[in-house]
Amino acid sequence: MADPTETERVRLATAGARAVTLESLSSQPRGDLFKGALFYALLILALAVALAGLAAIIIQAAVKGAPAIGPDLFTNGPSTLNPSEAGFRPALIGTLYLILGVIVLVVPLGIGAAIYLEEYGDRSRWWNRLIELNVQNLAGVPSIIYGILGLAFIVRGPLDLGFILVAGSLTLALLVLPTVILAAREAIRAVPPSIREGSLALGATQWQTIRRQVLPAAVPGVITGVILAISRAIGETAPLLLVGAATFVTFNPTFLGDNGYSALPVLIFNYAQRPQDEFRVLAAAGVIVMLVVLLAMNSFAVWLRNRYEQQW
Amino acid sequence: MEDSIRQAGDQMTEEDIPGTEEGPRRGLSQGIEVGAAADPIGGIDPWSGEKVFELEDVTVSYGGVPAVKGVSMGIQRNEITALIGPSGCGKSTLLRCLNRMNDLIPSASVDGSILYHGQDLYGPRVDPVQVRKMIGMVFQKPNPFPKSIYDNIAFGPRVLGLDDVEERVETALRGAALWDEVKDRLDDNAYGMSGGQQQRLCIARTMAVDPEVILMDEPCSALDPISTGKIEDLMLELKEQFSIVIVTHNMQQAARVSDKTAFLIVRLDATENNRWGELV
Amino acid sequence: MDSTGLTGDLEGAGRKPAISLEAPSPRYGEKAIKGLLAVCALLSVVTTTAIVVSLLIPTLDFLARVPIGDFLFGTSWAPTFTPASFGVLPILVGTLSTSLWGMLVAVPIGLASAIFLSEYASPRVRKVIKPILEVLAGIPTVAIGIFGLVFLSPLIEKVLPFMVNVPPFSAGVAGIAIGLMIVPIIASISDDSMRSVPSGLREAAYGLGSTKMKVATRVVFPAAISGIIASLVLAGSRAVGETMIVLLVAGASPNLTFDPGSSVQTMTAFIGTTATGDISTGTITYDTIFAVGALLFVITLVLNMFAIRMVRKYREVYE
Repeated sequence: MADPTETERVRLATAGARAVTLESLSSQPRGDLFKGALFYALLILALAVALAGLAAIIIQAAVKGAPAIGPDLFTNGPSTLNPSEAGFRPALIGTLYLILGVIVLVVPLGIGAAIYLEEYGDRSRWWNRLIELNVQNLAGVPSIIYGILGLAFIVRGPLDLGFILVAGSLTLALLVLPTVILAAREAIRAVPPSIREGSLALGATQWQTIRRQVLPAAVPGVITGVILAISRAIGETAPLLLVGAATFVTFNPTFLGDNGYSALPVLIFNYAQRPQDEFRVLAAAGVIVMLVVLLAMNSFAVWLRNRYEQQW
Repeated sequence: MEDSIRQAGDQMTEEDIPGTEEGPRRGLSQGIEVGAAADPIGGIDPWSGEKVFELEDVTVSYGGVPAVKGVSMGIQRNEITALIGPSGCGKSTLLRCLNRMNDLIPSASVDGSILYHGQDLYGPRVDPVQVRKMIGMVFQKPNPFPKSIYDNIAFGPRVLGLDDVEERVETALRGAALWDEVKDRLDDNAYGMSGGQQQRLCIARTMAVDPEVILMDEPCSALDPISTGKIEDLMLELKEQFSIVIVTHNMQQAARVSDKTAFLIVRLDATENNRWGELV
Repeated sequence: MDSTGLTGDLEGAGRKPAISLEAPSPRYGEKAIKGLLAVCALLSVVTTTAIVVSLLIPTLDFLARVPIGDFLFGTSWAPTFTPASFGVLPILVGTLSTSLWGMLVAVPIGLASAIFLSEYASPRVRKVIKPILEVLAGIPTVAIGIFGLVFLSPLIEKVLPFMVNVPPFSAGVAGIAIGLMIVPIIASISDDSMRSVPSGLREAAYGLGSTKMKVATRVVFPAAISGIIASLVLAGSRAVGETMIVLLVAGASPNLTFDPGSSVQTMTAFIGTTATGDISTGTITYDTIFAVGALLFVITLVLNMFAIRMVRKYREVYE
């Protein structure tokens, strides 16, 4: 370990130890006991509040939206006049298409970039460090900025696709690409170097080693990352508002049709903004549909990661 | 015999990875005395055989700091050559140069010449992948692939496009004295094997691609005395087919298995800040 | 069979095989693959460049018409009115206000949860709670926004009327909803960084007779501080960039105030509402979206860079 960090560690350790020693020599044990119990209670309370708050989101949507749950929700189109018969069909199909596009774009590009950065990119070269920092930064750029990028670069500007579904897919793909790259890198990095050495020592080329040893071993982690990224893409609303999904459409969308498309979260948002309570019930029902899908996907992803975490 | 094996096992716990060495060690001149008693097989003219490797003034540095300096030696065909010395003298570093595994460490550089059958191993047109096809390596810690026993062995022949994969797997496993132990569970994951079995699997894996030389980097240091004994017996059998270079810091092991032994010692520079290995 | 020229090897010693150390083929495939993968990685740089370019050009057009001083320090925001005014402070303060209220809710809850998970929870409890938090972190913000609008806002209006002046919109309620969104981020990253503190440090403190609470607050917490700060900054950056919650709950009136009861417009909400309307390229309103976007991008970029540096620091110290 390098010297500066070592001294940092020592400094922290001595500071901590000194404070604790001073404290323990000067305070009464009984007070300590009470304070400790109170502190513990506060921690539990905080965690309970956090979990309760997040659970409340789900429960509230379930209670509010329950009356609207039914086959009509999936088969009927939206309506501004007749909320009792309105549904989400075009938006559901729109989201399905959007996500198909995202998967097609993000899986090869994200995994490819991760392989390059982990296996080929020499960290002593400045451009590789730049790419790395750049990916980390992109992961933190607000989603609405990607909406602006989609509007200025994909819908208009250089690509000039217009407000079509593919433009929405591209925008969402760019948005979640850094997440996929970071997760895939973690998974690839977790494969121990001894596996690579073993393969190379047999005379396998670098690509053969990556393709037949590293990638298969990294698959669970990569899948986890891809699922988490896709579930994020399903729920993203803000960038879609800017690239054309905001239009109120009653027909099924197509990939390239230029008369508008819709997406599940955008239609939910649209319903929620209307003052009539019937529309809010619809919005809540839409939220349930979305949450069921997302929570199932995320649970599977987290389970998969924890299942294979201790492999090495 | 039993005693010496146990002792061997006890001593083989130290690490020998460059960069992780602890404090400097000195006063290793006794290495020379033991060196004089080397070549336990004896009786044969040491330089009669055909040379596989010829090292001439080889210096290996990491980021400009030498780890091994000025090593010149020859390695003979169908013999077991042991590289022996204390921790941090660069035995593993030197070994990893012989099949260009050091290429994987960006800061490593090799000076001097290493000839393999008279050809410069670090020549401009030499392909490291091609080198490693001929010069296999077994590592300090058993590193089976996270696959079935069969696939572990079959991987090498498959990527090299060799034929008769199935036959090679069986031959290799028999050669490594593993066949009887695993023939009924070839499809089981290799991680379910014991440490000693894993290491013999790694040796079998190397054999399956027909290398000429097998480099072994302290292959027994992670193993118990009984597994160590098995691998030593195996090595003695293997030298009929292969030339073997083994790194160890265990004198007894070197004495038991090797035909020739090279000693490396640790030298310090005047400030005692830098250390490197030298051949004695 | 043999590209190595070593067939004779198995037949015993003494025969010198013909050896070629050169590659049997130039392996163009390998090189092509490497190039292809590099292109994938370079795409991220292209994305960043595209973001910067697409923000910068309209922003320069905007600044050609509105002096930068008027933009950054003006206190009146009415870009679509006539006469228009372009003082960004009201929506900047709107963003800061909702983010601050969000942090006020999320920081104590998130940090306390992290301390509990890392120092107090048994491995079994931790193994259950941590994944739950991670899964809940995936709740889409539009769902949280609806929860704020339909449930939180009426509830808080009844209990604390001063929090909601213009029902149902309120910066404070939007803040609480944002808080819910960022609690899992703070808890998860802080927990990771506290758990990466070597156990030797804890044992040393226990050896000196300190209580569990003191070990947690005086030893582990300070030792993990860079990771904890990183989690807070990342959470702050997420709060600043959040759009859907503020669109639904904070309202659309650009008020220059930190009053939690007031309705405010944030920078993201401005972009969200204005860009969905039918606006044509080249107008000043269109350029305004990009100018606000550029400001937002710069703020989050600074926060993210800082957080990345802090994360690297704690990784270097303990890993």
